[in-house]
Amino acid sequence: MTSVDFSHKTVEMIDVVKKFGDFTANDRISLTVHRGEVHALLGENGAGKTTLMNCLYGLYRPTEGVIRVNGEDVVISDPNVAIGHGIGMVHQHFKLVEPFTVAENIVLGREPTKTLGRLDMAEAERQVAEISERYGLSVDPQALIQDISVGSQQRVEILKALYRGAEILILDEPTAVLTPSEIKELITIIDNLTSEGKSIIIITHKLHEIKLVADYCTIIRRGTFIDRVEVAKVSEQELAAKMVGRDVSFSVSKSEVVQGDRALTVDNLVVRDNRGIAAVNGLDLQLYHSEILGIAGVDGNGQSQLVEALMGLRQVESGRILLKDHDITHATPRQIIGDHHICSIPEDRQKRGLVLEFDVAENLILETYMRPPFSRRGVLDNGEIYRFADHCAETFDIRPRNTGLQAKSLSGGNQQKVIIAREVSNNPDILVASQPTRGLDVGAIEYVHKALIEQRDNGKAVLLISFELDEIINVADRIAVIFEGRIIGILDGDEADENRIGLLMAGGSA
Amino acid sequence: MSSIGASLKDKFLNGALSITLMSVLFGFLRGGIILLLAGFNPLEAYGVILKGIFSRPKYVSYVIIYSTPLIITGLSVAFALRTGLFNIGAEGQYIMGALAAAAAGYYLKLPMVLHVFTAVGLAVIVAAFWGGLAGWFKARFGVNEVISTIMLNWTALYISNWAITIPSFGRQGTGKTYAIQPTAQIDILGQWKRTPEGIAFLREHPMLWDVLKSPVNLGFVFAILLAGLVWYVLNRTTLGYELRAVGHNPQAAEAGGISVKRSMVISMLFAGGLAGAAGAFQVLGVSHRIATLAIMEGYGFDGIAVSLIGNNSGPGCVFAGLLFGSLKYGGSKIQDVMGAPTEVINIMIGIIIFFVAMPKLIRMILAYRKRRERN
Repeated sequence: MTSVDFSHKTVEMIDVVKKFGDFTANDRISLTVHRGEVHALLGENGAGKTTLMNCLYGLYRPTEGVIRVNGEDVVISDPNVAIGHGIGMVHQHFKLVEPFTVAENIVLGREPTKTLGRLDMAEAERQVAEISERYGLSVDPQALIQDISVGSQQRVEILKALYRGAEILILDEPTAVLTPSEIKELITIIDNLTSEGKSIIIITHKLHEIKLVADYCTIIRRGTFIDRVEVAKVSEQELAAKMVGRDVSFSVSKSEVVQGDRALTVDNLVVRDNRGIAAVNGLDLQLYHSEILGIAGVDGNGQSQLVEALMGLRQVESGRILLKDHDITHATPRQIIGDHHICSIPEDRQKRGLVLEFDVAENLILETYMRPPFSRRGVLDNGEIYRFADHCAETFDIRPRNTGLQAKSLSGGNQQKVIIAREVSNNPDILVASQPTRGLDVGAIEYVHKALIEQRDNGKAVLLISFELDEIINVADRIAVIFEGRIIGILDGDEADENRIGLLMAGGSA
Repeated sequence: MSSIGASLKDKFLNGALSITLMSVLFGFLRGGIILLLAGFNPLEAYGVILKGIFSRPKYVSYVIIYSTPLIITGLSVAFALRTGLFNIGAEGQYIMGALAAAAAGYYLKLPMVLHVFTAVGLAVIVAAFWGGLAGWFKARFGVNEVISTIMLNWTALYISNWAITIPSFGRQGTGKTYAIQPTAQIDILGQWKRTPEGIAFLREHPMLWDVLKSPVNLGFVFAILLAGLVWYVLNRTTLGYELRAVGHNPQAAEAGGISVKRSMVISMLFAGGLAGAAGAFQVLGVSHRIATLAIMEGYGFDGIAVSLIGNNSGPGCVFAGLLFGSLKYGGSKIQDVMGAPTEVINIMIGIIIFFVAMPKLIRMILAYRKRRERN
């Protein structure tokens, strides 16, 4: 944090306006970043943070306003121009070629070649190893993207930008998908980068992390500039109030509820992942009504496969899943949702959760379209469907209030609200929530946590899978730690502390 | 009504429709250049084509007859595409439908309306099976539908050619089957126009006579009804909802409880049935028989183009099919009148599809024009 060079402004965005038709996404926003500075861009989902950065990275052309890089007025017409000016961006949803190796992804478009344009893969791997060493970003250049964890994929994205000579790095929600230890690593990486004179812009809504890494912070709300503050001089509370426009409570208020009957039993479950490895390897679990059972663990320890097996989306190799006395180990997704009343909030909302080309209303009926009142004798009743959708939009505060919009045009937080509205309206007995707050802002997180607790208060069983330890400790009644496909420890929510769980997550014994 | 008008306007100005219209325009421009290079006056050629389409009632009815099977095979391809499946097999499904309709039309002895429905129904069932087979291969064994449908096309061709060699079905030495029973035919006034009274009446009504000189039949009416049916099934039924969900995002559909495999099979059953109906109407309304095929006739393959130009929608296929039928029928006349190559027409169709497949370029041109207007 001491590396800021105030004599050198690397990025200046002055009164930038971006309109989409009649909608103003950015209304005269200004932003200044110096050499060696970590600048946080703070705002709720849909506030216009990503839009502003897309203007800087050349994905959008601003309607009005000036952009200066290193003191010169520039017109950034596309990302190649941005890269030419030394601007690199790591998107929230990574843009990697999954069947390619790490090194292939990093050099893609700027491959080192031997004579006659032959690809020099050895040289590429050498260069990748060199920059990854220099900035402390450990990756295996020969691993395939599809085989590595989300945290490693993010490091690949950062390396991609550095390989292209980025001096100004935009990170869009970089910690959304990381484990606590990966977040620590990222912070070290960011320190290394700034001490090398790079500027970093972090799009985020995690106040805690802003306090940890950022020097300055620009806050925007609903497309307008609110304030620019020196992070050391403000509290998290003040930042939150500026972002949301009202005071926010951080702690989750939970009433005491007596644990109910057993809802779900998982018995010695073995599930293989796509590579044929037993990702879930002899897992035992009991879930009770009126409780939130949190599953803590580092990404890639079998959480995804466990959820897919529970929801009937992945073949179970051996072991059993029992719902009260029913064996549902080999039930279909439709039976699990419709007959056994287990609903899920999937970890990847764009892949599993939503049909992005469908409108909001069509997405809201994805599990119930075949039942009255939404359809009768196989014919959809659009009147009922849109009435229900409007009701959901109102109850769950889905913005904008236009249920005829395609899901892909909504912000991440509102997409998540659509999924939560669908699953909660379906009135399940068991709710499986995988990383339900991934990439959401404070206001939306508060909302999701309240929704989960409300389900538990209503006697439902809630299984919460999260890589965010804070979230598990705050919300869960009991905490199960998963490691290499097994539950290796169960703690009561009250007696849990970060260190004990952290030790278990790393495979140690508590 | 006003909302329909508004949404139509919206589509016209911003959406797929303007892209399609621009593509058609480019197709004509490019076709004109090629005609010019070949030493013909493009304006004259387009005049001949327009005249060849509109100048006589008979021509118009021929255009409609040409368009009918293309509209329906277009619907077949469009239906499968909405579920994310590429039905290259409309050709083979068409052949199986035509074969089944010819057999049912010839062998069965039934009263008039019932015979038509039976023949069409059988054709649809046989062709649906043929399409469904490809869907099942994909769902059960993961066989890519592009490969399986291409193979099924050839299988269908040879089954049809073999059937024609059966002595009771095929007329020996002609390479054709016997004509279907009059009760199975769907020609409009097909029998009456050949009776003495009919001829006498038509002498006094030259317009009508001109129309009836072509094998005008009810197929087009059925094609329109099928286009409406496709639209309705896709947009207003739970089945269509499932198929579209699978087409857009099979993983989300699966997580929502929709069986992706079942949807694939159903979609291909439907697509096959539609292509089979196209074959049936062609046999019952136009050819009245089937003939040995050395190569495929291309109705199914043209359906792919019709579907693409029609933006994979029911109503879109009707217009695209009519455009296609007009160009094919009207375009053939530049050869007779001017000696110009009809291949130009195929080039034009190719260019239209080329541009339809490049919506980005057209959007850029439209945006450029808009900007210039503003300044």
